[in-house]
Amino acid sequence: MRHRQAIALLALVGFFIALYLWLHQIGVGGELKCGTGGCETVQASPWAEQLGIPVAFYGVVGYAAILAVALVALQPAWLGRRGPTLLLAALTSVGVLFSAWLTYLELFVIHAICRWCVTSAVLMATIWIVALHALRTTPHAPPSRTPAPRIDP
Amino acid sequence: MKRFYVMLGVLTLALVAMLVYLLQSNPSAPRAANQAPATVVDDGFRGYTLGSDSAPVEVTEYGDFECPACASFAMVQMPTIKEQLIATGKLRWRYRDYPLPMHPYARLAAHAAQCAGEQGKFWEMHDQLFMNHSWAQTGKNPSALFRDFARAAVIDPDRYDACMESGRYAARIEFSRHEGEQRLVDGTPTFYVNGVKYTGRSTSDAFKAAIESAATARRR
Repeated sequence: MRHRQAIALLALVGFFIALYLWLHQIGVGGELKCGTGGCETVQASPWAEQLGIPVAFYGVVGYAAILAVALVALQPAWLGRRGPTLLLAALTSVGVLFSAWLTYLELFVIHAICRWCVTSAVLMATIWIVALHALRTTPHAPPSRTPAPRIDP
Repeated sequence: MKRFYVMLGVLTLALVAMLVYLLQSNPSAPRAANQAPATVVDDGFRGYTLGSDSAPVEVTEYGDFECPACASFAMVQMPTIKEQLIATGKLRWRYRDYPLPMHPYARLAAHAAQCAGEQGKFWEMHDQLFMNHSWAQTGKNPSALFRDFARAAVIDPDRYDACMESGRYAARIEFSRHEGEQRLVDGTPTFYVNGVKYTGRSTSDAFKAAIESAATARRR
């Protein structure tokens, strides 16, 4: 249960970071608050859009999905089940791969670092580690205790 | 479990507040740097140059940092021109600003380059502005992006910010534009080879031929 709670809280933070970057990309608000980083360079690069959709929007959807699964998984009906844990591991694996690719682009292609993107990548990696840990510690469904119906001759 | 939902609620509220705060700031481009001044002042400046002072041929380019053709020329043709003509002492290149009225951030970009020039990095900023030209297609205020370019060009950011805020080169840029008008610049980029308007193709090969012919004419 603790794993799922931790994932929900981290995904919520990630969701808001992605939301901020996405709103900036669609022109809401002013310049990105970025300190000394190269957020604007990254956001203005051709990589900031994939298939015509701002990359940050993938983050919004991804984090929202992880948050939703984690919250559903915390409901009593799902607490003992391994299915949500598997789904969280799968979702965060996709997320961590996507984040790794974006970080690679920042470092070696765009040559600029966006602090918000790095924070998001670290968050996603942390969520992924928690999800994998949950996968290892969540037991498989216990064997059914209902005895097989007896068939009398 | 109840404690978790309280925590989730508090965190959501904190994050919403943070988001609202982050989105509230809406700075505009430094006004003084991005508009034509009321008066045109000649400060004696005639553009930054690349290449030897003793080169027999000089090309003056009237350019606009927001113009796609200028960016394409700077990125595709200019490296060869630099390598084969400027570095070999055959040519000196002079850049003059000619911000076009339909480009909302052309003056701002020209001013950013001048502020970099103040710190001895005009050409570095020139390259940054043209290499990362996607800023010209977004229509969004590129001030923060230009600050990133300034950092990439290793410029003291505080001096750069002060320069942009003051708009101290706006008159110089306007003077350059006036000069271009007087020389009948009809678009960007427009080139003059030893003072004569160049009407050939904007390719490095065509420039090579024009420069050799200008050098030969000068020897005679």
